[in-house]
Amino acid sequence: MTQVTERATRLRSQAAAGISGFARNWLVFIGAVAVWELATRLAASVFFPPPSEIVATAGQLWFSGPASQLFLSETVFDHILPSIGRCLGGWAIAVVLGVGLGTALGRSRTGMEYVGPLFAFFRAIPPPTLVPVFMVLFGLGPGMQVATIIFGAIWPILLNTVDGVRSVDSVKVDTARSFRTPAPYWIGMVVLPAALPKIFAGLRLSLSISLILMVVSELIGSLNGIGHQLISSQQQFEFPLMWSWIVLLGILGYGLNAVLLAVERRVLRWQPTRNDDA
Amino acid sequence: MPTMLEVTGLNHRYGKGDGAHVAVRELSFSVDAGELACIVGPSGCGKSTLLRCIAGLIPPTGGSVRLHGDEVSGVPDDLAVVFQDYSRSLFPWLTVARNVEFPLRWRKLSKQERAERAQEALDAVGLSGVGKKFPWQLSGGMQQRVSIARALASKPALLIMDEPFASVDAQTRFELEDLLRRVQREQQSTILLVTHDIDESVYLGDRVLVLSKSPATIVADLAVDLPAERDQIATRESAKFVTLRGEVARLLQTGPAAPATTEEASDEVTAAADAAEWAATEEEAAETGGATKEARH
Repeated sequence: MTQVTERATRLRSQAAAGISGFARNWLVFIGAVAVWELATRLAASVFFPPPSEIVATAGQLWFSGPASQLFLSETVFDHILPSIGRCLGGWAIAVVLGVGLGTALGRSRTGMEYVGPLFAFFRAIPPPTLVPVFMVLFGLGPGMQVATIIFGAIWPILLNTVDGVRSVDSVKVDTARSFRTPAPYWIGMVVLPAALPKIFAGLRLSLSISLILMVVSELIGSLNGIGHQLISSQQQFEFPLMWSWIVLLGILGYGLNAVLLAVERRVLRWQPTRNDDA
Repeated sequence: MPTMLEVTGLNHRYGKGDGAHVAVRELSFSVDAGELACIVGPSGCGKSTLLRCIAGLIPPTGGSVRLHGDEVSGVPDDLAVVFQDYSRSLFPWLTVARNVEFPLRWRKLSKQERAERAQEALDAVGLSGVGKKFPWQLSGGMQQRVSIARALASKPALLIMDEPFASVDAQTRFELEDLLRRVQREQQSTILLVTHDIDESVYLGDRVLVLSKSPATIVADLAVDLPAERDQIATRESAKFVTLRGEVARLLQTGPAAPATTEEASDEVTAAADAAEWAATEEEAAETGGATKEARH
């Protein structure tokens, strides 16, 4: 009997904690949207449609498809999915190149001394400025966009990997050597796991860079995609439409980061400090 | 008993020319198979250098090390090292079981055999139920038992231990000492253990090798004729134990023939040697840290 009441109390307090946590996280957000709604309705400017109108436009734009396509409209297939594909594809290539090159360079004694200045120079070039170059090289289309994304996203991954694989503790180096650990096991079971926390920091940074460069490259020169739709709705004075693309980019950025954080928590669950929230 | 380890005329010098620091000088000894030999020496006398030379982690500048008759150049196949700093030696990203399995990964064993051997090793050190935990979830003493289990799992011909119990509290240290003696007799392992603790060397060892102050040379080689079955209280009270530890202490303080130095002077010498060895090791670590691996692979 007492057990049941205890459990009920515990559940209730957990629920209360959950609600108050949710409120803390989202109260300001919801408040801001409400204020925005009020302000835009009062101002009645064509450039600033109220959020409710943006949401209605967005719903119509994305979810007006037939049931066979899960109600997703053609826009989703013609513009949103290609954009996401280019963003994630470019990022994935940057991850493979960055981690691979970074591991090789970080474990070599002199490698970074040769290429360090070159990397510092390349990294200093703002990637959007290379869009015209890649446009000449690849023409208008996904090739140019993916190249831009790779060029911008690779540096945080590469440099963090170099840093991470260099930070292997000397006692672990001795331990691995005293067991005569062969190279694949040395890299796969000691060096990369030791570098993972730093690599993940680089991954998060480069994922947001990928999203930015996806939009920028599409704004400048593209035949489809979110950035392309954003600029063309602006040019046609379709402001609610333009705003719904901006909102979508916010949702995408938030969603991609949340997924990556979840993966990171899972992969790095061995870290003692992480287990407070696991 | 056949000879397992034979060290002849070992020399090691850090640096070159005038700034060179001689850490080990003309050091010779041997360890028989199935023996637990303790090396005891003052801090900074070059114990760690000696161990690293024997383990093949650094090449000695002179002399030779033979493991069951084979000249050691580079890390030998059937050798394992237990380091003092268990928290840095265990891999925090692997569970306890996977840490113990680590040296078996590249052996020709099925997954099941590997898991069985790891489990046996964990059972031997009294850690049967913790395989799925991560090292940091265990106490310090338990973590050091995991690294002992990992070393045992690889079934080494020689187990080298570098001050293995220096980082745990006194109670745990007693437990681990008894555990080590039990495991050593059960598995007939050959162990070379380095310590700065006189009592520990006498309590644990079948033999005690006493090192001089830096540069390290063997001052005495004492057989410990205490009964094989030892007890933390009774053994430490026995007349034989007290005599032996007195003898080791005297040898450590004065050396066999050298005149007694004053306490202060000897402290200074030790501190200077300590600092020199530290600097040399650090320097070498910085030099080889990234490079050794590259060279090896």
